[in-house]
Formats: sequence, structure tokens, C-alpha cells
Amino acid sequence: MDMKRDYYEDVRLILSPVAGVWFAGLLAFLYLFPLFVDNYYIYVANYIAINVIVAAGLNLLVGYTGQISLGHAGFFAIGAYGTVTLMAKAGFPFLVALPSAALVAAGFGFLLGLPALRLEGPYLSIATLGFGLTITQVIGRIEFFGGREGLHAPDIVMGPWIIDTDKEFYFLLITLTIVLLLFMRNLIKTRVGRAFIAIRDADIAARTMGINIVAYKTLAFAVSAFYAGIGGGLYAFVLKFIEPEIFSLMMSIMFLAMVVVGGLGSMMGAITGAALLCWLDLKLRNILDIPYVGDWLEHLSRSWFSITGVSNIQFIVFGSIMILIMLFEPLGLYGVWLRTKRYWRTWPF
Amino acid sequence: MVDFIQMIVSGFAVGSSYALMGLAMVIIYKTSEVPNFAQGEMALAASFFAMMLLTSFNMPLLPAFFLTFVFAAALGCFLEFAVLRRAKNPNVLGMIVITIGLEMVLVGLVSWKFGAEQKSMPFPIGPYDSFIIKGIFISKLDVLTLVCALLLMGGLYFFFRYSRLGLAMKATQQNSVAARIVGIRTHGIMMMTWAISSVVGAAAGLLISPVIMNPYMMWDPMLKGFAAAVMGGMTSLPGAVIAAYMLGIIENLFGGYISIEFKSVVAFAIIVLVLCFKPSGLFAKHYVKKV
Repeated sequence: MDMKRDYYEDVRLILSPVAGVWFAGLLAFLYLFPLFVDNYYIYVANYIAINVIVAAGLNLLVGYTGQISLGHAGFFAIGAYGTVTLMAKAGFPFLVALPSAALVAAGFGFLLGLPALRLEGPYLSIATLGFGLTITQVIGRIEFFGGREGLHAPDIVMGPWIIDTDKEFYFLLITLTIVLLLFMRNLIKTRVGRAFIAIRDADIAARTMGINIVAYKTLAFAVSAFYAGIGGGLYAFVLKFIEPEIFSLMMSIMFLAMVVVGGLGSMMGAITGAALLCWLDLKLRNILDIPYVGDWLEHLSRSWFSITGVSNIQFIVFGSIMILIMLFEPLGLYGVWLRTKRYWRTWPF
Repeated sequence: MVDFIQMIVSGFAVGSSYALMGLAMVIIYKTSEVPNFAQGEMALAASFFAMMLLTSFNMPLLPAFFLTFVFAAALGCFLEFAVLRRAKNPNVLGMIVITIGLEMVLVGLVSWKFGAEQKSMPFPIGPYDSFIIKGIFISKLDVLTLVCALLLMGGLYFFFRYSRLGLAMKATQQNSVAARIVGIRTHGIMMMTWAISSVVGAAAGLLISPVIMNPYMMWDPMLKGFAAAVMGGMTSLPGAVIAAYMLGIIENLFGGYISIEFKSVVAFAIIVLVLCFKPSGLFAKHYVKKV
């Protein structure tokens, strides 16, 4: 059923007319739903879309190329600060500033990719982690970037439009997200993507086959950093205000968690993982407001734990999700989906 | 000159706590090749357990510390048994994700139980008790940490080299199937490793807690200890300790002479640089992968 008979069947985006209808339906839903819901949900959708972009980029690096990054918050910060500074201080229009800042992030990604050529496992994780922490600290101490006070994001002006509400920004954001995801999907289906997968599966064998490891590994870091930079640049306009504390190690860990929970090496996995964890993140911030569970947790906290630390339950939830996914379903949500699909297809058996 | 020596001394002081955390990470990595990101939070749980015994139950110091080490060992065993052993065909990324998950669960539990605010630990030596030699302040707590770090390093070094259990641990790391064939109970060895490592981490936590005691206190020592372990080669106990002291001293000199603002990140910049030139760390033989 998943047989591919020629190359064009493999790269085709829409597999069947039914899938085409679903795809059109999804697009229509994405563009129409903000007209019917209130502002909070549009904010949530923006938040999710940005994390989807970053998760897709990180998935290219972790899921497809088999590297580890605990420093994506650094690229995210470069994108955010770069975009805002280019717009506010150099007067660039948004659609120029965003890719420029992301290209700067990609440049740093390339630089980080150079030591990563020789590193793996714990060595790579500490190098990327150190990189992410260093970038955030350095940006946070430079007065030009607002220092500890942070920076305000200016309004986006595109020709006749001034984008200053969440709803207007949503349409811009969702368009960018769809374009970036389509690009990523096509990248993975080409020669370049196959080279990444070959490096993940066996890097020495890949080199024997004539794949230029230096070029492709650094390329994976650069593309991944580019996506993180775009995500950061957009995030600055969702928050309207950026400060160095946002781009913590916790953020890098959350990005990694999204990719892992969704399923390594699958686009749908990165998207669902990002959506699930972002939604949980926003929900669990006010955990005591959740019906039933909140009351019970409040009671439990008062009698056994402390009520001041109740917001830390979200760490417990995220940590447990990461552990359980790794232990029981290493392919993540995508693995669950695959198994369900197979179960229904072969149902009576 | 006095300034310079003072900076070196403070470098040794912070280096000692990095060294203890680095040792704890190396012990686990040596046996199971798991980079344990939960190390700091295991120590955190142990130090809060000690604080609870001392303040809520008014226990005397020595039994409280003894119970804390028992708790730490039990926690290590439990985590290995309940979580790490259950991982199906583990790879490095999977292990990193699992230990980060453990880290989040532990920090969540500790800060839910005790609240996120600053606590104080009733430790017999305060952070400001110190003696002065020729104008140089040496804190008693730092001396104690230094002695602990060096003793533990020496003890563990000889333990891994000469004791039966230590040799069994080494064998488990090198080839666990062969180790099982010659009669080593590798599961038990793994649990033992986690227990020892957790106890070493708990010692670090107890020695840090008089200075700073909140649910985030172990982040920095853990990351720096990990950095030192990586710099020392991830499998070498003396390497981790030497690298930890190097990081501590460089950090302090950098803070004193170049920029106090970037003091806390200079360690990571050094790590990235060192790894550029020596990808397996300073004190490990370069590991070549076979196809």
C-alpha cells in the first residue's frame, strides 16, 4: 500500500484525489478559522505556528541528519533580536529584515556545524548547549540590543497594510509557515534530503558513497538554524517585547522535546509534537484553573506539597511525557499514528 | 598579587563543586555511556531531603546526613531500575532525552514540594566562616569541598582500578555481553553505578546548599561539571577533576581581569574551543568508530 514505483510518485505532494480534498480543506480551515474565534485562540495559533517552524527545522537536524542540538534557543534569539534591530534601528522592511536575521542565524549555524563535524553524543550536546547559553548571555549584555531591559518590536508595515493585531499577524504567519513547511518537505525528498538521511543512518557508509559529509552536515545545521531564526523573528512580534531571559536553556529543551514527542524523522511528527506541547504549555501555566483537576491539585498541594510551587507541575508533566514517549513509543506520536493506521487497514487480522 | 592569588583560590573553590558533579557524571558514563542530565537534580532532591530531616524532623546532623546518602543511593537505584533499564534499543539521543525528562520531573517535584523560594540549610559550617592567610580569604566550606573532591577522586580511581566491583563495572562498559558471559551481573552493576554516582552528587549538593538553596541551585554546577567531564574526556576521573579546576580558575581569572559580565559563559566558550581541537576531550584516547 505504501509502495513507490517511480521517483515522481515518491516526491508527489498530494497522493490521491481524496488527499487533495483533505489538503484543501485543511488550508481553508487554517485561513478561515480566525474569523470565527476570539483573540486568545488566535494567539495560541500564532504561538503554535512559530514552534512548528522551529520544530520542523530542528527535526531536519535531529530527526533526519541524526545530530543533537540543545542550543536552538540561541538561533531563535539571533532571529528575534536580528529582526527587531534591523527594523527598528536600520529601518529595514519586515520582509527583508526577517530573512536577513535568519541568514545571520544560519551563518552561526554553519559555524556551530564546523566543530560538530568531529563531535557526537555527549560532546555534541554540551557544545551546542554551551553555544546556546553563550549567545543568549552575550546578546543580553550588549547595550545596543537593549541589554537586560529588552527591546520592543515595532509594528509591521507592508505597503498599505499595518499589521498590529494578532489576527492580521496570523495570516502573515500561517502563509510563511505553509511556505516553509512545503520547502522543508521538498528538501527532504530531494538529493539533499536523501544525503541527510544517509548521514544519519551510517555516516561512514555515506562518505564511501561519495556524500560530502562536511558540506551536508554544516548545511543541515545552517538550514535548521535558518528555520529557528525565522521562528525567533516572528516570535518577537507575537510577544511584542523581547528580553534575554526568554531564550533560556529550557526553551532549547522544549524544542527538542517537541521533535522527540512528535516523532523523529517525520514532518507530521514535528508539527503534532509542537502543537501538543505548546497547547499543554499554555494550559498548564494556569493549572489550578483547569476544571476538576485544578481543585484536586489545590487540595493535594495544600495538604502534601506547597501551594507556591504548584506551577512547577508543568515540568513534571513535560518530563513524564518525554520519558514515557522514549520508553514506550520511540517513534513518538507519529509512531502511534502509523500503528493505528496499520491496525485499521488490516483490520480483521 | 594578592588579588591574583585570591582569584586562584576562589577558582579552586568553585572548581571543587564542579569536580564533584563531574565525577558523578563520569561514573555513570563510564559504565553505561549515558550522559546523565538528571545528575544535578538527583543531588538537589538529596539536599532538600537533608534539609527536611534537619528542619522539620529536628534530626541530629550525622544521622541526617547518613540517611541522606542512603536516600541518594536508593534514588539512583530506583531511577536506573524503573526508567533507564526500560529503554528499548537505546541510542545516545534517546538517553539524553530520558535523562532530561528525569531532570524536569525531579526539579518539578522538588519545587512543588518545597516552593521555589530561597531556603537556608542548617549546616555546621556557614558560607562566611573563613580563615585569612596573608590577606587571602579561604573559606572553611571551600576547603572541606576541596578535600572531599580530592578524596573522592582518589578513592574512586583506586576503586575502579583495583577492586573487584570496579573492574566489573569497567568490564560492563567495554562489552556487556562478554561481561555477562563471564558471570558479572550487569543489571546489578548498573544499579550500583547509579547509586555510587548519586551519592557523590549528593555530597556535592550538600556542600553547595549552605551557600545557595533553591530548586535551581544545581543547574550551574551540573552544567559546568558536565562541561568539565566532557573536557576531561568523559571517561577519565582525574581528567574530569583537573578540567573542573581549570574551568573554575579560568572562570575566576576571566571574571577578574577581562569581564565580570561574561564570567559564567566563558566555561562554555572554552569547551567549544577545546572540542574543536581535541574532539574526545583532553585526557581520553581518541575514540575511532568501526564501521
